[in-house]
Amino acid sequence: MSDSVTGKAPPEAHPHHTDLGFWRTYVFSTDHKTIAKQYLAIGLFWAIVGGLLAYLMRWQLAYPETAVPGFGWVPEPHMVDGIIPPEFYNMLITMHGTVMVFFVAMPILLGAFGNFLIPLMIGAQDMAFPRLNMLSVWVLAFSSVVLLVSFFVPGGAAASGWTAYAPLSAKAVYTGVDWGQNLWIIALALEFASFLMGGVNFLTTAINMRAPGLSLFRLPLMVWMELTAAVLFLLSVGPLIAGAVMLLLDRLAGTSFFLPEGGGHPLLWQHLFWFFGHPEVYVIMLPGMGAALEILPVFSRKPIFGYRPIVYSTIAAGILSFVVWAHHMFPSGLDPRLAMPFSFTTILISIPFAIIVFAMIATLWGGSIRFPTPMLYALGTLAVFIVGGLTGIFNGSAPADIYIHDTYFVVSHFHYTLFSAVFFGGFAGIYYWFPKMFGRMMNETLGKIHFWLTFIFFNAVFFPMFFLGAGGMMRRIYNPLQYEFLQSLQPLNVFITYAAIVLFLGQLPFVVNFFWSLWAGKKAEQNPWEANTLEWTTPSPPPHGNFEAIPVVYRGPYEYSLPEVSEDWLPQDRPVEPRPVPAG
Amino acid sequence: MSQTHAIESRTDTLTGTGIPSGRLGVWWFLASEIILFGGLIGTFILFRHGNPEWVAAAEHLSLTIGTINTFVLLTSSLTIVMAFAAVDKGDSRRMRTWLFLTILLGFVFLGIKAFEWSTEIGAGFIPSTGGFWSFYYAMTGLHALHVMAGIVINTILFISAVLDRLKPHEYRIELAGLYWHFVDIVWIFLFPLLYLA
Ligand code: HEM
Ligand SMILES: [Cu+2]
Repeated sequence: MSDSVTGKAPPEAHPHHTDLGFWRTYVFSTDHKTIAKQYLAIGLFWAIVGGLLAYLMRWQLAYPETAVPGFGWVPEPHMVDGIIPPEFYNMLITMHGTVMVFFVAMPILLGAFGNFLIPLMIGAQDMAFPRLNMLSVWVLAFSSVVLLVSFFVPGGAAASGWTAYAPLSAKAVYTGVDWGQNLWIIALALEFASFLMGGVNFLTTAINMRAPGLSLFRLPLMVWMELTAAVLFLLSVGPLIAGAVMLLLDRLAGTSFFLPEGGGHPLLWQHLFWFFGHPEVYVIMLPGMGAALEILPVFSRKPIFGYRPIVYSTIAAGILSFVVWAHHMFPSGLDPRLAMPFSFTTILISIPFAIIVFAMIATLWGGSIRFPTPMLYALGTLAVFIVGGLTGIFNGSAPADIYIHDTYFVVSHFHYTLFSAVFFGGFAGIYYWFPKMFGRMMNETLGKIHFWLTFIFFNAVFFPMFFLGAGGMMRRIYNPLQYEFLQSLQPLNVFITYAAIVLFLGQLPFVVNFFWSLWAGKKAEQNPWEANTLEWTTPSPPPHGNFEAIPVVYRGPYEYSLPEVSEDWLPQDRPVEPRPVPAG
Repeated sequence: MSQTHAIESRTDTLTGTGIPSGRLGVWWFLASEIILFGGLIGTFILFRHGNPEWVAAAEHLSLTIGTINTFVLLTSSLTIVMAFAAVDKGDSRRMRTWLFLTILLGFVFLGIKAFEWSTEIGAGFIPSTGGFWSFYYAMTGLHALHVMAGIVINTILFISAVLDRLKPHEYRIELAGLYWHFVDIVWIFLFPLLYLA
């Protein structure tokens, strides 16, 4: 056939299995769409846990050492009549970060979106390795169970920070946490294994199974983002896996990899962690931006501005992300001569991100913009990321960072970036692709209420934290009132806590909307948003095997408002010649 | 009848680059593994430089046993190549024999390694004895886990070959071979670093 671009023949249709029974259809499914929903369920479950952990921390910071409303039932020694002891606070910090990064962000942005969208957007019938795909979600589920169990072992869950800095993490006596930390390591190792398998699958699928005509530069940007994320993850996680083995040996076999008294080096852990840790923040950020990048052109009815510059910027940021890691270690006793090059690379990495941000804004310019909920969330992703990215530049220059490091300034910075990707990007994606995933529309009014509550109260929570940080409030402290110089900041802490509670409750409209729409939402058409990408050329939800016939792709994904056709959109798989009869 | 068979083997080897998906997947996986062992080996080299006295500890390792084991693993790389060559010639019987030998040599390697560890532990050198020993056990242990995984993979292939179910998937021998070579190469780095340097 006419397939000069990818040089491959269109594959034949899968035999359509529809009679697989309950277990094979919903639980042990190899269908990427079902697996995506499983990832989504895991991510949303952990989001609630992570949110509750944050609520507990915030209460303690506003009203230190008073009973947390609603938590009187937690038994000693974890909590005492609803009061949070210092050790428990350390656990809250640690598990909140761990849960949000590894069990919310990655399952939703990579697990759910990557799995659901890659095959649909490239016109494939499933992933390259469907059984490996099933295995990866089940390993993640198992890993989730291990992490959940760690809350209930004697000594409680891990308490050495989500970064597990040694020596704190390397000896049980330092935190009083024994098996909690071991299980943390094991859970993370399993999580890494799960996303390793996932990453191999993403890459192989998108490289090898694209529909005829779908050249690399016709791929939707979401696919580019998922792929870059997968590469970054695959190529950065290895040393941390080795590090996890070493940490476990330090704890269980008495070795001293990270313990100075035995000849080891605590900084080694920091290097291994951040060599992974910085690429990891892009693993999370890129798919969140990808969701926004898909949505902005659709609701501006304009082609994306600067498709190739965005792709090149993404690749450049990906490469640079391997040489910035020591910016997390400026005050850690890093050789000062190293601070300079790492400051330089860090400032450099903001350039590709700035290009992407400008491309997003330019896409909006002069468009006929509509504001349904997915668009509001996509704009939210953009707005919030700008603040996060700009403050990253402060952190990136060593002289400034030595002052703000380990203060609430950094806490605010990374929440602006992470929240932008995970929640604004995540919700943008969920509202946008829900019709495709579940075949029903979500309610717009509830969606808009949810957006404004989230947007306003997110900023109310995190913007004041910049002032807390500049005022000197340290990160990860149990009771700010212990420090005289922080006492004048306490009203700010109280304000933040109430804003956080509203932010948490503000998610209720989403929960209601999600479940209500699942059963009773308006039935979704094939292409409710009048978008171009391939996932909208198949029914909502797509059948097993996705496409009736493998689509043939004629153009890039963002051809909106072209003069050649009467509609203001032009799907990737519609030939223009002979000129189609204008529909409707 | 043979129609369904054609479709099945198609989905196994679907392609957009000309490279079979299985091979591409294994390459990505190995890329990640290279970074894993690269990080670990790099760390060891740095620490080894900072601790010249580790030479004394390294002298307690048995060079003879290490050399024999290197030879065993290298031979197993050869046997799996022979297995794959037999697939190319369509000689399933030979393929099974070579695959079996590969598995056997994997076990021999692990057996020798276990013997080595137990003599070392018997002599009082355990992971917590000192920095060198920590790295030694971590590196050889992680490598041994990879050997075990390879044995499991090869055994699964062998069993399905014996049950005559491998026919349409014989290219998987090549994939297992890629992984097995990688495990071999890691050892080629570990051996001189631990036993000779
Ligand atoms: C424009 C790009 C960015 C720059 C220049 C930047 C820079 C930095 C720097 C230098 C730090 C260390 C601050 C310190 O600990 O003193 C930091 C911390 C952090 N950043 Fe960013 N960042 C950027 C984007 C992101 C993104 C996209 C994310 C996540 C999606 C992110 C998440 C984090 C996290 C989680 C931390 C705190 C790590 C910890 O626990 O110590 N950053 N950032
Ligand atoms: Cu960083």
